[in-house]
Amino acid sequence: MIEYIQNNYSEILTDLGQHIWLALVPVVLGVIFALPVGYLAVRRGWLYQPIVNLGGVLYSIPSLALFLIMPAILGTGTLSPLNIVVSLAVYTFALLTRTVADALLSVQGQATQAAEAMGFRPFRQLLQVELPMALPVMLAGVRVATVANISLVSVGALIGVGGLGALFTRGLQLGFMEPIIVGIVLSVLLAAVCDIAIVLLQRRLTPWDRVATR
Amino acid sequence: MITFDAVTKAFPGGTVAVDNLSIELPTGQITVFVGPSGCGKTTSLRMINRLIEPTSGTISIDGEDVTKQDAAVLRRKIGYVIQHAGLFPHRTVQDNIATVPLLNGVNKKQARENAVELLGRVGLDASMATRYPAQLSGGQQQRVGVARALAADPPVMLMDEPFSAVDPIVRDGLQKEFLRLQAEVGKTIAFVTHDIDEAIKLGDTVAVFREGGHLAQVGTPQELLDDPADDFVADFVGRDRGFRGLSFVTAEGLEVEPVQTYVDGVRGVRLLLDDAGRPRGWTVNGSDDVRAITGTFTKQDSLRLVTDLAISSPAGVAVRVDGDGVADGAATHASIADHLADARRESAG
Repeated sequence: MIEYIQNNYSEILTDLGQHIWLALVPVVLGVIFALPVGYLAVRRGWLYQPIVNLGGVLYSIPSLALFLIMPAILGTGTLSPLNIVVSLAVYTFALLTRTVADALLSVQGQATQAAEAMGFRPFRQLLQVELPMALPVMLAGVRVATVANISLVSVGALIGVGGLGALFTRGLQLGFMEPIIVGIVLSVLLAAVCDIAIVLLQRRLTPWDRVATR
Repeated sequence: MITFDAVTKAFPGGTVAVDNLSIELPTGQITVFVGPSGCGKTTSLRMINRLIEPTSGTISIDGEDVTKQDAAVLRRKIGYVIQHAGLFPHRTVQDNIATVPLLNGVNKKQARENAVELLGRVGLDASMATRYPAQLSGGQQQRVGVARALAADPPVMLMDEPFSAVDPIVRDGLQKEFLRLQAEVGKTIAFVTHDIDEAIKLGDTVAVFREGGHLAQVGTPQELLDDPADDFVADFVGRDRGFRGLSFVTAEGLEVEPVQTYVDGVRGVRLLLDDAGRPRGWTVNGSDDVRAITGTFTKQDSLRLVTDLAISSPAGVAVRVDGDGVADGAATHASIADHLADARRESAG
């Protein structure tokens, strides 16, 4: 095992690096698109149900199928990493749109009413009152999406771009356990590290939330 | 002055919340809207800062129609306090208070300094400035809510059941401090409550609403107690309005008996004084048991207190004291009744 790692050191690191950005870039993209759409679902109440349904449908598409039809939609090559990035961004978007909408709905009440009565204009109220208050719930959604993405990236190995997933296919082809074990351990570690990082970020951004539950 | 001129609010579906309301809220005074739930008092309040738009009629502040002004700009000139304070949980106390100055473009440092100063005015310690609302009690949150409404020094304040969600003892303290604060700042205040006692205690003018958004009566608290316009107001003000009306008559000029000799021969009750002449308690039938005095009154106190003392003392009298706490008279049931009759004659004539 040690020997395998020593011999394939740089290859493993390359796979890990690819895994990280294949998983995390879609999280950023998904958040960027989910925020306005989730907000829209709250502002225009009749859009809430259609938007939530759309998210459910998108999320139910099998990942391998999405990876395979992406080139047809995007006009990219079959081996382009873009297929994975866009597919995972779609999943993140599907998951987070509802989270954003529900988080914004959950903070409607005394404080938002007071904000309106004190003379906030809608956009400033969204930025300074509603989004900060909704942050704990939204970040919980981002944690789920991040961990899901990290596990889904591996599936990409089946179409040739899969970060640590490449270690699984290689191990299978060669009938060799070491790369598979290394891939699983690194994948789980990566998920744990990202999860902890988001929790730390949340503590930093929402000190008031910990005070409230103490 | 806030003026409602023939204001009606009908909601889609036909519910009329406020029906043809015309009333004036004098500058620098507290006008209380009181009534049972569903009487349109909160709707009326919320039309002043355009959280709700009237269906017809006009509301103006110092002659300017509120609907002709930019809603956000208008609201920054109107302080707003609600039942559970509605503080921003993600902002510290000082940043909550600084909200409207910050919206108006005041720089953060100065807005925070003003906020800390305001904390003192509402009776909170400056050390609270950096806490979050969740770290405060309900009463403290409500004080911060009042400070936040005052921060931009608006001429008008709207208060929607601000003291209803705190326990009676805290509420009493908040009400007293609110009156003290209002004596300093002299805002034009519209105050909504369902509690007639609170209305009578706080209002310079009280407007009683009835179901369907009709105004049943407008007047001073004493006018409502002495002369309710109809059965609805009489019933709402309560059966004990006679007793409550005593709050508006002081003990000035109340006839008293000399206290040094006060002995109730019938019940064998005797007033005990200490060496300085201050009342200590009562003894009954010469026994050694001293029953502590339940309270005393001065000439400035209300007849309500005097009556309460007379009822609760074993001798059936209330003990009057001078500025040094020395007993200088005892008021009997008969003298209270005479004094009340005099006061009624005066206010009628």
